[in-house]
Amino acid sequence: MSEEVAAEIRTTHLLDLAAAGKRLDGRGPDEYRKITVEPGFITTADGSALVRIGDTAVVAGIKLEPGKPFPDTPNAGVLTTNAELIPLSNPTFEPGPPQPWAIEVSRVVDRAIRAAETIDLTRLCVTPGEKSWVCYADVHVIDHSGNLIDAALLAALSALVHATVPAKRFEVAEADYPLEVQHYPIECTFVRLGDTIVIDPTFDEERAAQGRLTVATDETGRIVAMQKGLVGAFSPEDVKETVRRALRHGARLRALAQGGSL
Amino acid sequence: MGNIGAKDVPVLLSPEGLRIDGRRLDELRPLRIEAGALHQADGSAYVEWGANKVMAAVYGPREVHPRHLQQNNKAVIQCRYNMAAFSVDERKRPGLDRRSQEISKVIAEAFESVVFAEEFPRTSIDVYIEVLQANAGTRCAGLVAGSVALADAGIPMVDLLPAVAVGKIGGAIALDLKKEEDNFGEADLPMALVPQSGRLVLLQMEGHMTEEELSQALDLGVKGCRDIYEKMKQALRERYAPTPVPGALA
Repeated sequence: MSEEVAAEIRTTHLLDLAAAGKRLDGRGPDEYRKITVEPGFITTADGSALVRIGDTAVVAGIKLEPGKPFPDTPNAGVLTTNAELIPLSNPTFEPGPPQPWAIEVSRVVDRAIRAAETIDLTRLCVTPGEKSWVCYADVHVIDHSGNLIDAALLAALSALVHATVPAKRFEVAEADYPLEVQHYPIECTFVRLGDTIVIDPTFDEERAAQGRLTVATDETGRIVAMQKGLVGAFSPEDVKETVRRALRHGARLRALAQGGSL
Repeated sequence: MGNIGAKDVPVLLSPEGLRIDGRRLDELRPLRIEAGALHQADGSAYVEWGANKVMAAVYGPREVHPRHLQQNNKAVIQCRYNMAAFSVDERKRPGLDRRSQEISKVIAEAFESVVFAEEFPRTSIDVYIEVLQANAGTRCAGLVAGSVALADAGIPMVDLLPAVAVGKIGGAIALDLKKEEDNFGEADLPMALVPQSGRLVLLQMEGHMTEEELSQALDLGVKGCRDIYEKMKQALRERYAPTPVPGALA
């Protein structure tokens, strides 16, 4: 109960600040927290990256193994993205089957990677109908301080960019070779705080939010995925404006897939 | 989308600009809504939309199950969107898969955005959506059915929630995709509108669109929602204000 009251007070405070064009951590409405991307963080994975956005931290690892193509796509490999929201990352998480919102994070990230055709799946095919590479992109959230979606996709993308196909280990080819990334999706997430729509929400801002909107864009300027979440509403004009902001920030953040900080 | 290696991609748009079922780009599939289709539920609605058949039931406000979800200051809105095993070509394994859980979540959030939940503290309002036959656009059909069912149950709301998916087929923005268009189209963008405020409470998108196309799609979807809104109101009028007997005194 005391936690509920504290959250209520925080929410009111965040909304008051937003109305004055301010945020608790001093950022402007269109400003990201500091982002760092450290590729190759996990050496047991075929590709990996540690991504921090402010206090949020996620690790993505790629694992490739030979498998069978789906019957309806005999000429393509398989790519699945999954996000694990483990209880160590936040006091509000409970062990057990994934909560609907954790499933949502996972699926929204997966949707962007899939729709952008990040990997040319036909190149993961070894023998049509019989053998193809199965590529797992697993994202572990280790510190949830808001905006998991953007962090998770950036980590998964960076891990894919740095991934190697372990062809030699599985005796599929003479030598290992780099996994080829053909498109670079970036997701930008916004939340409504009163009449202000702020980018890159913190955990408290997400709890205070009156609606959340994620827009995924790729390097060609296409919009490849969107997701409105939480209770709240956006006008079509709000949506168009956030799309413009997402295109602008996407262009800026995309270079981070190679590693580095902004 | 999902058509890698597929052999036969049908022609989705004729040279005259007509779609595979003869519709124009801005035309909805036939939509029939029946309010109060069930007997045990507090509110219900049945929707036939193109080849979609969707039933919705509302129970509540009632005790919250499980108990720990109870909120002291408002009702919790719970939604269960489920597809019957026989609703699609290849049998679907019964139960909620991850897709259904995500859809249930975004639909519940859409309804919570319009229901006056604070009028019923410590209760639950449960919306059950059962897809009996699926042909693309089932989450929108579910929203329409669920929304009419909420009204039928007498739950106070800001407004009804018309919903429709806009997509891109053969490079053109089209309203209300059917299955073939959804499978072989280039984008899908479901949305739900609050007609009173003109704001969207559900919005998802997958595929490829330029900024201009997206803007056009939003406008087309809002227009479609307004047409659906009229049919939703009509369905409620038919249930609660039956047409007077001819010749009877006014």
